[in-house]
Amino acid sequence: MKKILKQFSDAVVKQNPILIQLLGMCSVLAISTTAMNAIGMGAAVTVVLIFSNVLISMLRKLIPNEIRIAAFIVIISGFVTAVQLIIKAFLPSLDKSLGVFIPLIVVNCIILARAEAFASKNRVLPSALDGLFMGIGYTVALLILSIVREFVGYGSFFGVKLFGNKFVGVGMLVSPPGAFILLGILIAAVNFVLVKSKQKKKSKAKEAEMPAETEKEVVTND
Amino acid sequence: MTKILLLMLGAILVENFIFSRFMGICPFMGVSEKPDTAIGMGFAVMFVMTLSSAATSLVYDYLLVRYELEFLSTIVFIVIIASLVQFIEMFLKKLVPSLYSALGIYLPLITTNCAVLGAALLNVEEGRGFVESVVFGFAAAVGFTLALVIFAGVRARMKHTNTPKSFQGSLIALIAAGLIAMAFAGFSGISL
Repeated sequence: MKKILKQFSDAVVKQNPILIQLLGMCSVLAISTTAMNAIGMGAAVTVVLIFSNVLISMLRKLIPNEIRIAAFIVIISGFVTAVQLIIKAFLPSLDKSLGVFIPLIVVNCIILARAEAFASKNRVLPSALDGLFMGIGYTVALLILSIVREFVGYGSFFGVKLFGNKFVGVGMLVSPPGAFILLGILIAAVNFVLVKSKQKKKSKAKEAEMPAETEKEVVTND
Repeated sequence: MTKILLLMLGAILVENFIFSRFMGICPFMGVSEKPDTAIGMGFAVMFVMTLSSAATSLVYDYLLVRYELEFLSTIVFIVIIASLVQFIEMFLKKLVPSLYSALGIYLPLITTNCAVLGAALLNVEEGRGFVESVVFGFAAAVGFTLALVIFAGVRARMKHTNTPKSFQGSLIALIAAGLIAMAFAGFSGISL
């Protein structure tokens, strides 16, 4: 249980595919205009990640090493096509707003990276969990970005108008340039918090070891 | 003729693959550190994207539509692109070693470049014919290269600037990309 929790926190926080590893940026930048889009895309990516991880992990001893990347891509594209057809059949409005980015999940670096780095080396159950957790990490980061963009750009939250119809949002933030800038700022904020918390831990450890020494260091650094 | 020219202009400037369609961001961030590698990658992408647009357009029109297999297009396209990249790599290695040594290292990366698959899918979505598809693939790749080379120049300058700690590395690059995208947004005023 503890192991699973650690895997979860690693996938969602410490190795978040978007915020830390900077993978799969294309879809993040393109579809993070509304929160509903983010949830739809996040769910699609999570489903593909889980299934492709499971299948690749099952076949890991059968796939020859030389052609493994090609085999992974074919497996992934099979699941992506399935998800694409399901979305087209049951959620046509989501299909319209995500457009070409659903089939482009095939070339999303996150999925290939997890297949290569995790599923091809681990057993089925851990691989399935890895897919689920990485998918959650992706969805969370995507959701944060799109809630901010939707709120500032359209003045709404999950499609509900908060300030009435007269509100004019900052159009720049829902247009392409805003996507780049906001994602940069979001990741920088996460970096800032992570570095600060690390420093705190370090300085606490140092203080516990040798309180006099740290003071000296500060002086010389200045 | 004017139609083709407008298509090219649209793909290069107005709907630039990186700055307005968000395709191919991974290689865009990855290889834009130096202008030389940016140009190498750009030419490799141009080469592959033109050929893959031609191949996918032919396969779609004459195989998938004919046998009513359009729903398989994603799988078929990615397999075509992967094998085409592999084939180009072997072909260049044997016959044009000088070009291979220039583009070789970038070729394997192109399979997972979403711009290549994206161009193929967009061609199908817009119902473009063979010639239009090839022109669109080539022009989109030119737009990609243009963005990559401009951005590599900006990044080369940014190396010597004093950026805040949390923004260092690819994050300040993201923001710079946003500013360039703003410049490219100016082209969207051109109605084609």
